[in-house]
Amino acid sequence: MKFFHLVWGNLKRRKLRTSLTLLSILVAFVLFGFLCAIKQALVGGVELAGADRLIVRHKVSIIQLLPENYQARMARIPGVAAVAHQTWFGGVYQDPKNFFMQCPVVPEEFMAMFPEFLLPPDQMKAWLATRTGCIVGRNTAERFHLKIGDKIPIVSPIWMQKTWEFDIVGIFDGAKKGTDTTSLFFRYDYFEEARKAQNWGSGQVGWYTIRVQNPAQAGAVAQAVDQEFENSPAETKTEPEGAFAQGFANQIGNIALIVTGILGAVFFTILLVTGSTMSQAVRERIGELGVLKAIGFTNGQVLGLVLAESCLLTVLGGGLGLGLAWVLTSRGDPTGGMLPLFFFPVRDLLLGLGLSLVLGLVTGILPAQQAMRLKVAEALRRM
Amino acid sequence: MSDPNPNPAALVRVEGVEKIFHRGSEDVHVLAELNLTVPAGEFLALMGPSGSGKSTLLNLIGGLDRPTKGTVTVAGDRLDTLADRQLAAWRARHIGFVFQLYNLMPVLTAEQNVELPLLLTPLTKAERRKHVTTALAMVGLSHRANHYPRTMSGGEQQRVGIARGIVTDPTLLLCDEPTGDLDRKAGDEILTLLDALNRQHGKTIIMVTHDPHASARAARTVHLDKGRLIGEGP
Repeated sequence: MKFFHLVWGNLKRRKLRTSLTLLSILVAFVLFGFLCAIKQALVGGVELAGADRLIVRHKVSIIQLLPENYQARMARIPGVAAVAHQTWFGGVYQDPKNFFMQCPVVPEEFMAMFPEFLLPPDQMKAWLATRTGCIVGRNTAERFHLKIGDKIPIVSPIWMQKTWEFDIVGIFDGAKKGTDTTSLFFRYDYFEEARKAQNWGSGQVGWYTIRVQNPAQAGAVAQAVDQEFENSPAETKTEPEGAFAQGFANQIGNIALIVTGILGAVFFTILLVTGSTMSQAVRERIGELGVLKAIGFTNGQVLGLVLAESCLLTVLGGGLGLGLAWVLTSRGDPTGGMLPLFFFPVRDLLLGLGLSLVLGLVTGILPAQQAMRLKVAEALRRM
Repeated sequence: MSDPNPNPAALVRVEGVEKIFHRGSEDVHVLAELNLTVPAGEFLALMGPSGSGKSTLLNLIGGLDRPTKGTVTVAGDRLDTLADRQLAAWRARHIGFVFQLYNLMPVLTAEQNVELPLLLTPLTKAERRKHVTTALAMVGLSHRANHYPRTMSGGEQQRVGIARGIVTDPTLLLCDEPTGDLDRKAGDEILTLLDALNRQHGKTIIMVTHDPHASARAARTVHLDKGRLIGEGP
């Protein structure tokens, strides 16, 4: 620390050059933060998926429905602890841009299946007592200023193509930071009653979630479920919840590869910019480095000073960029509902800080070696 | 030519030193068969025309360069036997440098410049501050401690350079044309300061100069020409 003022002073020597380099590093790390948040939004569901949960969908496609009576048959399969179903409602609240998921569910079995959704007991009680009741995730409730007691009209372009009206009886939170609280869940009996009345897809559901008794036997249970419905009009495909979420993400492409590719290009450019700045900084003060060596600084200390300077530059720029990215992404999903898990994970923030340090070491090592190898007498002649 | 004043108790002993620089395919003989001894407490001037090898000799005595042949012994240490790292530590302990162009760090204040050599010691911040205050007081610049070099005159900058050179209380102060970039008045002030350091504080000083006026302030003057000692005198 006693050399800090020397390192800091050298960085301030060319204020414009240092500022521009800092700015380019900052922009790169803001981009890093945003890409990490996008990646989290797209593949975060995979990480949050329960290890003991399986998703059962129609073998042909997720949009094909499954019979409601499959639930009882699945519950009898050895290794299955619980079964719950959901159905894609696909409704629109006020404007198609206001996207968020809605699903009819059976409240008790649904809340038991997904303990990551936290609903106060009194609100759960109200939901069970209200046939038209629905619960809304905190994120969506705040986004549209919804509160308990409100009526929420939702137009469904799929189910009877009419406006459905629900009474908000609860607002749920997420147990973890990444838990999706953008959805709305309403009662399946209310949904089914309307379908029956209109003879519109009654007795069919979108997909099932199974909780297995032992996660180690999840593969065997999945196989047993698919065998149970083999050669039926609605064959099933059962997979772990994580794989199901990954399949959704993969529809866009290999997110990790895309993010790595973009970041690789950005950081390579920053490497050149910062490397050039540091080389120039060392070239400009060869004489001063000679003075330091003359008064007793060792080669290693001179190497350390130059490396400290490049690391300070990149960690400062990186830290500011990551901080700005944190602030910007903390506002939540910028798409208005398409990326409900959009946030900058702490894990990636720490990775970014580490990356900024590595960037400093890589960009500083060549100029630092150049400074280290300077012959004192020759360097002093270049003052 | 041999040193006219051989002294077995010398602080600096240069024996049979040759220095050859290689410039492309050409060998440049800068110093040849040079012998010199400097006793502790002496104020010695090295005089000679440009290219005579006086700065090279100063660099060899200060451990900034190594002789091609011969030995340099300072304060009992054979410099040619020390590794680079040892030599750096040796310089920090024994040598104070004063340069013609002051060679201060422009990004540091006067007191921070003076403090630089002390950063290599185990002294605490408070102890370093005390040493810096003393050194700046000795050169009469206490009132300019927080000023940056760019706001100071050449004479003031050179006094900061001298304070930096003496702050660790080195065994030997090496001055390379310390008045070469100053006007006569400022130069005289610097020479008076060096004279005081030698007489009042017993500091051993070797000063390279080509100015007879400056060399007249030294107790002894040695003349070099074409890499050889050619005699003593004004």
